[in-house]
Amino acid sequence: MPETVIVTQNLVKRYQNFVAVDGIDFEVAAGESFGLLGPNGAGKSTTMRMIGAVSTRTSGDLSVLGLDPDRYGPEIRAQLGVVPQENNLDLELKVRENLLVYGRYFGLPRARVARRADELLEFAQLEDKATAKVDDLSGGMKRRLTIARALINDPRLLLLDEPTTGLDPQARHILWDRLFRLKEQGTTLLLTTHYMDEAEQLCDRLVVIDQGRIMAEGSPAELIRRYSSREVLEVRFGSTQNAEAAGRLHGYGERIDVLPDRILVYSTSGEKELERMTAAGLRPITSLVRRSSLEDVFLRLTGRNLIE
Amino acid sequence: MSSREESERIHSAALASAVAAAARTRRYGSWYVAEHRFRVMGTYAQTVLFTAIGSPLVYLYAMGVGLASLVDGNVGANALTGVSYLVFLAPALLASSAIAVASEEFTYPIMLGLKWNPTFFGMNASAIQPGQVINGLVISVAARMLLTCAIYYVFMLVFGAVPGALGIVAVLVALLTGLSFGVLVMAYTITLKDDTGQLAMVQRLIVLPMTLFSGTFFPLTLLPPYLQWIGWISPLWHGTELSRVFAYGMSEPLWLSLVHVLYLTALLAIGWIWCRRLTVRRLNK
Repeated sequence: MPETVIVTQNLVKRYQNFVAVDGIDFEVAAGESFGLLGPNGAGKSTTMRMIGAVSTRTSGDLSVLGLDPDRYGPEIRAQLGVVPQENNLDLELKVRENLLVYGRYFGLPRARVARRADELLEFAQLEDKATAKVDDLSGGMKRRLTIARALINDPRLLLLDEPTTGLDPQARHILWDRLFRLKEQGTTLLLTTHYMDEAEQLCDRLVVIDQGRIMAEGSPAELIRRYSSREVLEVRFGSTQNAEAAGRLHGYGERIDVLPDRILVYSTSGEKELERMTAAGLRPITSLVRRSSLEDVFLRLTGRNLIE
Repeated sequence: MSSREESERIHSAALASAVAAAARTRRYGSWYVAEHRFRVMGTYAQTVLFTAIGSPLVYLYAMGVGLASLVDGNVGANALTGVSYLVFLAPALLASSAIAVASEEFTYPIMLGLKWNPTFFGMNASAIQPGQVINGLVISVAARMLLTCAIYYVFMLVFGAVPGALGIVAVLVALLTGLSFGVLVMAYTITLKDDTGQLAMVQRLIVLPMTLFSGTFFPLTLLPPYLQWIGWISPLWHGTELSRVFAYGMSEPLWLSLVHVLYLTALLAIGWIWCRRLTVRRLNK
């Protein structure tokens, strides 16, 4: 049986009158890539900080790498790599220097840190930028440097809070590729995201979180199977006719969702539903058949979109 | 082996390796933070050296020599606690130079690390603890302060402003003065969520008046009695008076010298502990 690196049981974090995390339970095994998927304000980052041993839980049980963060903060953090949502690289220092000072925080000898810094600059594809100012890096490069910094102590568990938020598509793909390599090497990843494609790309398993609670748990494929159909047909009738058309779509697919601008028909075959629609004299302005995604799962579970 | 024994075995193995991983940081973490800060100071080393050399030169010359000729000419040499104005003023300027370093290093750089470029949060995410962040900051600023005061002292010697045999002790007094004031300023800075002019206010409404009312340029006793209390609570006054005792043997009852030491040490201890507590709250949300 693989070792369990994170166990949360009825974990709660309360700030005065606001409950950020409202009793969540999950376990992450060594080598697994686990995601917390949810909209902004769902409690993902708060959960991440408690696991990262920089925020004290209000109640419940939490074990990280077999230890209680309340008692063994430095011992846990010594074995973590943390990529925070907000970059906190030292802008007054150069790229390589950021790795050098950070490595020392884990008590590593200078020579070893220097060696590791060079390896990581290569991994992060930043060798040419070693003596550049951090401020001169692009958003994607800063993110890669933050990941390199998080790996300086060869962590057993890497925490990534919204790793690609704010990056352009190309930068995201480069980053995903780097994270995928880490996953292949067996690094345990815990990441939060509100991007479905990111969760589908990187996570073996995930929990969908909304308002501090877990709505569902499983692999991306399992969740889609359980909460959505194989395909989704998206049809638009124009904003004025949307509601009226929706009334005539009863009995189509396994289920339909009426959004302000479009109607989603969940079905094993989107094409067949569209043919039926056309035969019945319904003429959508646009139509699109696509694979079901985690976005549909989220919509089903909460009745809301992930990015609102 | 029962499952309970098995889980205890796994737990103790995990604990042992975790304790080993964090052991060096638990012991030396404050120094690692200081190391980081020294590297950052290296990026403005020229400013550090320029002010450390420039200010004693300018102040000792303008006031200790220029203003002194006016003062000594009018009130007569040796009217101020029995020595020339230069000798009277120099230990006070030395203590003020430590205050200047403190009010520079314990304001904006702290705000930077907590908010504008939140590197302290980065430190806290590693094996470093919030208290060690504070210790590292104090260590690094103390080093800069010591360098600044040592250079000041050399200029004081060059200007012939230190007749006392124990003059060198004034450098340590200045360090104590600067740090005791500095940790209080740092504590205040840590409580700020944002800087909307408060830090500039510290300069204008605290540091500057404190310099004027701490017996720096004239003895505190020349002030009207209802203003003298400013000096009594001012770390700069305590530091300046103690500096004078060592720099030229200013006569003062021993108990008063002890009060200076105790007062400054108490401020340093209280401020330091306060900073550590505030930082725990700020970093561990």
